[in-house]
Amino acid sequence: MTILKAENISKQYRLGNVGTGTLSHDLNRFWHNIRGKEDPYLKVGAVNDRSSKAKSDYVWALRDINFEVQEGEVLGIIGKNGAGKSTLLKILSRVTSPTTGVIKTKGRIASLLEVGTGFHPELTGRENIYLNGAILGMTRGEITAKLDEIVDFSGCEMYIGTPVKRYSSGMTVRLAFAVAAHLEPDILVVDEVLAVGDAEFQKKAIGKMQDISKGDGRTVLFVSHNMASVQNLCSRAILLKSGSIFIDGNVDEVVNEYLSIDSVLYSQSFAVLQTPQHKSVYIKSFKITSEVRTGATFSFEYEIVSQTEKQVDVAISFKTYQEVSIYQIYSGHTNEILILSNGCNKISGSIRELPLIQGDYSISLWIGSGAITFDFYPTIVRIKVLEGGFKKNHIAEYRNFPVIANANWTIND
Amino acid sequence: MTPENNDNWLYEISSKKSAFDLNLKEVWRYRDLLILFVKRDITTVYKQTILGPLWYFIQPLFTSVIFTLVFNNLGSISTGSIPPFLFNLAGITAWNYFTACFTGTSNTFRSNAGIFGKVYFPRVIMPMSVTISNLMKFGIQLLIFIIFYCYFLLQGFDLSPNLYLLLFPIYILMMALLGLGLGMIISSMTTKYRDLNVLVGFAVSLLMYVSAVPYPLSEARKKLPGYVANFVEYNPLTQIIEGFRFMLLDTGSFSWLGFFYTLLVSVGLFLLGLVIFNRTEKSFIDTV
Repeated sequence: MTILKAENISKQYRLGNVGTGTLSHDLNRFWHNIRGKEDPYLKVGAVNDRSSKAKSDYVWALRDINFEVQEGEVLGIIGKNGAGKSTLLKILSRVTSPTTGVIKTKGRIASLLEVGTGFHPELTGRENIYLNGAILGMTRGEITAKLDEIVDFSGCEMYIGTPVKRYSSGMTVRLAFAVAAHLEPDILVVDEVLAVGDAEFQKKAIGKMQDISKGDGRTVLFVSHNMASVQNLCSRAILLKSGSIFIDGNVDEVVNEYLSIDSVLYSQSFAVLQTPQHKSVYIKSFKITSEVRTGATFSFEYEIVSQTEKQVDVAISFKTYQEVSIYQIYSGHTNEILILSNGCNKISGSIRELPLIQGDYSISLWIGSGAITFDFYPTIVRIKVLEGGFKKNHIAEYRNFPVIANANWTIND
Repeated sequence: MTPENNDNWLYEISSKKSAFDLNLKEVWRYRDLLILFVKRDITTVYKQTILGPLWYFIQPLFTSVIFTLVFNNLGSISTGSIPPFLFNLAGITAWNYFTACFTGTSNTFRSNAGIFGKVYFPRVIMPMSVTISNLMKFGIQLLIFIIFYCYFLLQGFDLSPNLYLLLFPIYILMMALLGLGLGMIISSMTTKYRDLNVLVGFAVSLLMYVSAVPYPLSEARKKLPGYVANFVEYNPLTQIIEGFRFMLLDTGSFSWLGFFYTLLVSVGLFLLGLVIFNRTEKSFIDTV
């Protein structure tokens, strides 16, 4: 069942300051309004592109957004800074209204754009639980019924009778999130509030979010820059770009698309590197000479210039889009002996079964000898690993492993 | 999607909204929040002060003393058989409640922009909570008035409230509605252009002088030029202050016409304020 439906949502904002200049526009708008005509400024307005020069006084933070959310669905909303995510959330949570369009809903929406909204420093923890809970839309009875659970979840039992101003900032956030986590709306709208508290609490918070969405079958709209948690929690995602929906679909596809928006170099590309000539050994170019598919042969070729005859080690490491180093090949691991001759040398190599699951990675190159570095590129090229010999795992708990390996299996042997 | 699903929408979020859609059902749903806000306001005002709620006493007492010295001793305004101090205290107590409601609600949008920008609840809860929590302050100040009332009674002054005291709750309601209504109008009008805020500050203190607070209406009729006297007379606040003193001290005048006129103006301003406030609350956060 469709529980929420957005039709042609647009939001226009005025650029610059409020002053006498805006008054004439307001009067003009008012004049059109009383004659029953359309707002004249709705026709103008620039596309929401933060870095370009402003050509109009108005900007469309959102333009013609259409989507539907099914009951029990967990929808991720992603996009770069200024793509319109927060504006969309504000409209969904009724903090502001859309300039045009309508959102229809069959359930009550509770929004968590911030944890601890309305916390009063002079009130005790317990009083703040009631106040904050009521602000978020709970009734007194509901809060009383869950008070023990909330206090327990926050882990602040000792301080519950103390004014919140005496709390450490972490404790305040824990208490605030505890209240929010016990909301029971039909639709929950969450902004990046998970990035709070210490590691232990973050884990708890994500777990709670999963319970809410998977366990209780509640509809959740979730905005985050953390792709791992989006992929973890959501089944479907919307990618916003310059105020419009760029794509809407399966979470993995959308996340990959998001990550590739700005990538310049891709697989099968040839990287010519600009290296200062004074280095005694440097990498002149790097080229991937095969297709980049999971489980398939991955081959590459270097051009390395050396001033002298020298023994070297080379390494290539693979990082995820979150800059986590996950996988490395290094000639020293297998005592490979590579001796450069004077001038330009060509080194080629290959990985028999590329152990990376499909997705986006970046490659860094290193050449040196033992602990000495001759030349190093932290991120030389981004690659997109395509489907291939290794099949993707669709079980939620297993799909986040980027490195996969071949193994031998037997049964009833 | 099946066609019958189309009609079952719980609510819609859009830019268009009827002016008279006041959403009172929603306000009722959030009644617990209203109570909690009132509780918050009352318990946190005088936290970490030594005199605490005693501060509620001090302000009206000093003001009454000054008024008595300036208007009654220096300006020799007659208050009849009523001790001038008590006369002034009655006026100030009532006036304080009105101004507390008015100034407390007139910056609702601006001072709560932080919380309004993050979460939705019927915005009207905020000014309503201000009005209700000020009732408690009013109660304390009324208590002082009663204490002095008894004191002067023991001193042998001829003081007696009259039957119109039954209208007391209605007078309170009228003051609350007037303060709330005007406050909501000002609050809505100052979200984008803040010029009015500058005005409100001194207008309130000036308004007191044309609302018959430090003098009886009869004196105004006698001594002020005609058009000013008329202005004072038709000022609904004058009617409230005068009526308030009439029922408590049996001084001044009362007319049912004036009473209903004031009631009408209060309710009218309140409804107008509510409509304007509701129109503003939808997207004020973009311009505040």
